[in-house]
Amino acid sequence: MKYPNSFRKSLWTFLFNAGSCNGCEIEMVALLTPRYDVERFGIKLVGSPRHADLLLITGPVTRKIAPRLRMVYEQMPDPKVVINVGVCGVSGGAFYESYSLIGPVDDIIPVDVYVPGCPPRPEAIIHAAVKALEKLERAEVAS
Amino acid sequence: MGNVLLILFGTLAVAAFGIITGLVFLGVDRILVARMQARIGPPWQQPFFDFFKLMSKENVIPRNSIPWLFNLAPLLALASSIVLLLYLPIGSFPALLAAHGDLILIVYLLIVPALAMVVGGFASSSPYATIGAQREMVTMISYELPLATIAVAYAWKLGQAGVAHPFALSSITANPIWGLVGPVGLAGAVLLLLVLIVVTPGELSRIPFDTPEAETELAGGLLVEYSGRNFALFYLALGVKSIVMAALVVALFFPWNVSDFIALPTVAARIADLAFWLLKIEVVIFFAASLIRISLARLRINHVVSLYWKYLGAVGFLALALLMIDGMIA
Ligand code: SF4
Repeated sequence: MKYPNSFRKSLWTFLFNAGSCNGCEIEMVALLTPRYDVERFGIKLVGSPRHADLLLITGPVTRKIAPRLRMVYEQMPDPKVVINVGVCGVSGGAFYESYSLIGPVDDIIPVDVYVPGCPPRPEAIIHAAVKALEKLERAEVAS
Repeated sequence: MGNVLLILFGTLAVAAFGIITGLVFLGVDRILVARMQARIGPPWQQPFFDFFKLMSKENVIPRNSIPWLFNLAPLLALASSIVLLLYLPIGSFPALLAAHGDLILIVYLLIVPALAMVVGGFASSSPYATIGAQREMVTMISYELPLATIAVAYAWKLGQAGVAHPFALSSITANPIWGLVGPVGLAGAVLLLLVLIVVTPGELSRIPFDTPEAETELAGGLLVEYSGRNFALFYLALGVKSIVMAALVVALFFPWNVSDFIALPTVAARIADLAFWLLKIEVVIFFAASLIRISLARLRINHVVSLYWKYLGAVGFLALALLMIDGMIA
């Protein structure tokens, strides 16, 4: 299936906090400020997963949040992409081997792009969004 | 027969015009808001990109919903917004259905798009959407009083001035209120304009009256379950509704045309009037939606009610009283 490249100009984003320390969120909010202003590229935050094309996940998936993460992922209409922000979701990061974790994220849902860093720079998150768009256009989304 | 054809093609033309200008003005609104926040903002075509993207997405219908109502609501919202536009003059073109409806009808029809959203919210059977729908109903009830005050004040003033058919929009645009009143009435008319400007964001569910959609607490409220095509239709409806509200403000308070002041050949006059009308629409949207949206935060639902019922209702009645006093003095 070929997806139209209208995603290139309009990527609506849903933020999901899977137990993060809020550091990654602060970097993401920086994306909306005048310095980075991702609205220039048509990226905007939405309040409901039903409206979203892009799921941005932060944090190392705690035991309680895992079913919710799966549910939010399933609620998003296709086609969709998933970006995992922060090293927490890759390996557990600062919370590695905590008793309350069942992550990393890709054990729960498929992830398309990983952004390492604790927290990553806003530029890195934009770069990840570009990578995710490329994947969407090649219709190679893991789903 | 010719008349039916005219109305048919006229409706299609007005629908296309309303949808396109609606989306363009949504884009302009986003740019202006971004500029006021010292950002660059999206390109002006952004709403078109968003629309095409939404059309290409999956259209999820939740299992617990009532599918036919859930799918009907966005269509109803868009269609009723377009119908409203048929009753409003565009530039120096008279309203297509001017002979069939008046200000009272417009005030009634203004409820329908909001009602469609309420129906859609309830039909999606999500708790968030249900709360949003209830809030929308409360908001609807509360801005009805100030809106009705405006209609009554206008009809009363025109009736007193001896204009035939005081409720008809064509007689309202032919007799701008500013020319009919003395100094006291002028104050009343300014207050009426203020009331309508404050009702506009409520009608459009924009900040600070976006309690029914409240993204941070209700995750999109009424629209929480909508995606893909249905959501795109609501998006179009929002654009058309912005044009409708601004066109109403323009028709009631700023009905002048370029061709009233400068003699122009017919075609040039029509084009100049249309351009001038679009400019007026943009100015109204800027003050009634963009500027209010950027400078205020969301109100709580009980604040919305008391603002509309108590304060704006009082201002509306004060304006009515001023107009009446003005009528008695003159
Ligand atoms: S990656 Fe670092 S900053 Fe981000 S949530 Fe984990 S610990 Fe916090």
